[in-house]
Amino acid sequence: MAAEAISEGRTGGDFWDGVRLSMPVVVASAPFAILFGTIAVDNGFSVLEAFLMSAMIYGGASQMVGIELFGQHVAPWLIVLSIFAVNFRHVLYSAGIGRRIAHWPVLQQALGYFILTDPQFAIAEARAESGRPVGFVWYLGLGLPVYVFWVIESGLGAVFGKLIPDTHALGIDFLLPIYFLGLVLGFRKRPLWAPVVAASAVASIIAYRTVGSPWHVSIGAVAGIVLAVILPPHHSGVGKRP
Amino acid sequence: MSTTFWIILAGAVATYLTRVGGHLVISRFENIHPRVEAGLNAVPAAVLTTLVAPELLHAGPAEWAALIVTVLVSLRGGLMAMFLAGAAVLILARQFVG
Repeated sequence: MAAEAISEGRTGGDFWDGVRLSMPVVVASAPFAILFGTIAVDNGFSVLEAFLMSAMIYGGASQMVGIELFGQHVAPWLIVLSIFAVNFRHVLYSAGIGRRIAHWPVLQQALGYFILTDPQFAIAEARAESGRPVGFVWYLGLGLPVYVFWVIESGLGAVFGKLIPDTHALGIDFLLPIYFLGLVLGFRKRPLWAPVVAASAVASIIAYRTVGSPWHVSIGAVAGIVLAVILPPHHSGVGKRP
Repeated sequence: MSTTFWIILAGAVATYLTRVGGHLVISRFENIHPRVEAGLNAVPAAVLTTLVAPELLHAGPAEWAALIVTVLVSLRGGLMAMFLAGAAVLILARQFVG
């Protein structure tokens, strides 16, 4: 009984440890959740649909891409493909974090992968590297507040978006390119970043002018990825083994 | 059910596959080929670039000012600082040049 109480107390401590670490993420993602909801409504989503997208996809950049293409009346399968492409980086997080959480029960793992976002991966991986265990309760304490606030704030943003009379004056239509540019610049420390961005930029502009939207997205992305694949590996800084 | 709902559902399934797929697929390989890894590394920047670049074709002075400020702020600040600075310049400039 006493031992149980102690272990329960420790588990609760783990949960709140996670919650404490989640707070900066909650604060930093709040404007983007509200922005997502606002732009989603501006691009033809209902409040419920904006709310559902946040609750089910739970990936900021990919949701922004989704509503941007939805607003451009792109074919549904291409919207889904683009969401998949933007989220594809999670494959690497998943392979990395999989080693840390493989001992959890399967259902806990299944939930763990659902909330595996960029900061969730970064913080959990940092904890594992410092030699501390990545337990389910701690992981949930870290991820749950971020999820709950993300979904609620998306809904609030959508309600708010309905109330804005002049979206042009507030720049709502051009906030996404600024946001996407910020994300692109955030990757600039990656190997081959400059040639990849240059190739994708040129190819997407040419495709936009010739083939037309929405194909510039796929064509531009493929150009950058193919360039990264065909350049000799020693330029890309990967494959080096210590 | 509306088309939007199906887009959201399919997007959610696709996203979950990326989150669980690395563990189920990639971790079975001892080594990822360096060229494949380089290609995977390039995916996010490549996709996101295509959403910005064509906007330059019909960007006016307000939009250019916002993008330039975003790049300048990125030299020192994080995503939030970049975005807020770019958005502030855009909104301000649009009051004057529409």
